[in-house]
Amino acid sequence: MLKIKNLHASIDGKEILKGINLEINPGEVHAIMGPNGSGKSTLSSVIAGKEEFEMTSGEIIFQNEDLTELDPEERAHRGIFLSFQYPVEIPGVSVTNFMKASINAHRKSQGLEDMPANEMLKLIREKSELLEIDRKFLSRSLNQGFSGGEKKRNEIFQMAMLNPKLAILDETDSGLDIDALKVVANGVNKLRSSDNAVLLITHYQRLLDYIVPDVVHVMVDGRIVKSGPKELAYELEEKGYDWLKPEQV
Amino acid sequence: MELKEKLISSFLAFEEACDVDSDIHNLRCDAIKEFEKIGFPSKKEEAWKYTSLNSVLSHDYSVFPKKENAIEYKDIKKYLIHDIDTYNLIFIDGIFSSHLSQTTHEKIDVCLMSAAMVKPKYRAIVDQYFNKIVSKENGFTPLNTAFAKEGAFIHIPKNLVVNKPVQIVNFATGNEAALMIQPRNLIVVGENAQIQIIERHQSLTDNPVLTNSVTEVFVGKSAMVDYYKIQNDRSSASLIDNTFIEQKDNSNCSMHTFSFGGKLTRNNLNFYQRGEHIDSTLKGITIIEDKQHVDHNTLVHHISPNCESHQDYKGIFADKSTGVFNGKVLVEKEAQKINAFQANNNILLDDQATINSKPQLEIFADDVKCSHGCTIGQLDADSLFYLRSRGIPLKEAKALLMYAFASNVLESVKIPEIKKRITHQIALKLEVSLGFDL
Repeated sequence: MLKIKNLHASIDGKEILKGINLEINPGEVHAIMGPNGSGKSTLSSVIAGKEEFEMTSGEIIFQNEDLTELDPEERAHRGIFLSFQYPVEIPGVSVTNFMKASINAHRKSQGLEDMPANEMLKLIREKSELLEIDRKFLSRSLNQGFSGGEKKRNEIFQMAMLNPKLAILDETDSGLDIDALKVVANGVNKLRSSDNAVLLITHYQRLLDYIVPDVVHVMVDGRIVKSGPKELAYELEEKGYDWLKPEQV
Repeated sequence: MELKEKLISSFLAFEEACDVDSDIHNLRCDAIKEFEKIGFPSKKEEAWKYTSLNSVLSHDYSVFPKKENAIEYKDIKKYLIHDIDTYNLIFIDGIFSSHLSQTTHEKIDVCLMSAAMVKPKYRAIVDQYFNKIVSKENGFTPLNTAFAKEGAFIHIPKNLVVNKPVQIVNFATGNEAALMIQPRNLIVVGENAQIQIIERHQSLTDNPVLTNSVTEVFVGKSAMVDYYKIQNDRSSASLIDNTFIEQKDNSNCSMHTFSFGGKLTRNNLNFYQRGEHIDSTLKGITIIEDKQHVDHNTLVHHISPNCESHQDYKGIFADKSTGVFNGKVLVEKEAQKINAFQANNNILLDDQATINSKPQLEIFADDVKCSHGCTIGQLDADSLFYLRSRGIPLKEAKALLMYAFASNVLESVKIPEIKKRITHQIALKLEVSLGFDL
């Protein structure tokens, strides 16, 4: 589904990703762990198409298509979803209206008419129940005045609404208490299927107790220095990252 | 002949056609002398530093339009708030159109300035209020006074809550090659009375139009006035709007100015707080492009203690458009414990767009809360990426962010039909369909 080959990317001339190789197949959950500043969030932004980053070499192939020249919205239309570490606030635009704009933009890209209002309402109701989101919440301005946990829950609600092929969850667990984490993880798990995939970016092994990965990658200084089964996460929790510094690999 | 000379030499002919025995006659004569002395403002004056009138004053305007221009309701319907019941004062090329208007004399007076000026019945009101709070800082107001004849006269007696908004709309038809019109409005709202007013200037032609409008509003004790100015004119039309508002104790007055069009628009908006516990709100959204120019020149004069004022102006400037915000808050020594808030936020969409923002606070009292803030920026790159990552294309994403930027000004709009139209207008301006109604 996703094949990243020798990906190098930089911002303002500073190289952040120094040759990433990653392959994710349908139905799989991959986790990327690593210390602060290792380039985890950059990788997720680059996959989603953030223009501030310059891809200097390598390629990102998604469902046999090279993403390099595609705009962020085109990548979204192809089924890539990024749950943001810091979702932005959009005053005056309700969660519901934002989802309408998003869903109808997806449909338009497929040559479909706007989703009928009753269908939209039904979908919103169904997915907000899944994420245990209060109805009143949906009429609030997007992310404005939301707590950290509400923002993250809202990101996963959006994911549920859009039903992406590949969901990249960037630090979705940060700022969540244990109950909220369970709700969010439950939401993600319910959306898993044999033809979609999830890429988790996290600092902590905690999230991986609830969303169990097939593969864990360790990223240090812009490279994936080790990959292994889910047990690798426990090892990292215990030993930290120091033993994996690139020069020692 | 220069416009100034033309106006001065036209004055005699104008006066002859009017009633020369009234007090108004003397006011007009004084005013034309005043105008002759100070003339039109130039960029040398601080308050006009960023607004050049050269291109506006260069046309050979007709200052007396021909009488009666027939316009059908269907031609102007779209410029009116027509989905709710309203009183309408419609002027065509500066002349009142009785068949398009809906006036009243039942309990309240919503009628013509020209009638109010000559009928004995209104004499006391006109004597008491007409031309009392205008400023002579620039020549436009005296010029308007000299030619003051037609406009809206609204008088709401005390304790009356008017349940229909009043629309004052000036149309220009293009019967003249270039037309100058000078509406003069007087609005007197009695103690504890309430009214909503919508004002619009609309040209139906590409011929140049210059409107020099003066409006005086008196807000009695505990009265409420909710006023909306819709400025979405053609790029051949310019507007100098001079509005003076005096408020008494416990009154509440809000002014929303929506500036989406016109060649050059200058809003001289002045609030005078004469009484305690007064609330004044000044809000505006400006979205312009090409070479359009919108200048907000506001004054809030805090004369009395324990009052509040809130100013919030948002501007979005594309292409080579230019904006000015010159917001003065003047707090007199007696005006203790006032709370004056002012914000002016701007987004420049293109390298050649310009905004000159200048807050001016003059505070002579020592126990007050005054805050002001001004920002000039571009659309936030992270926000754009967020929206695009949700599949919303760049253009729509930009539009959504611009709407979000302007949205808090709309929150205080109390007439839903206006809110709906303005949001629709914003979507039109931004040329997008968002998959939902803004």
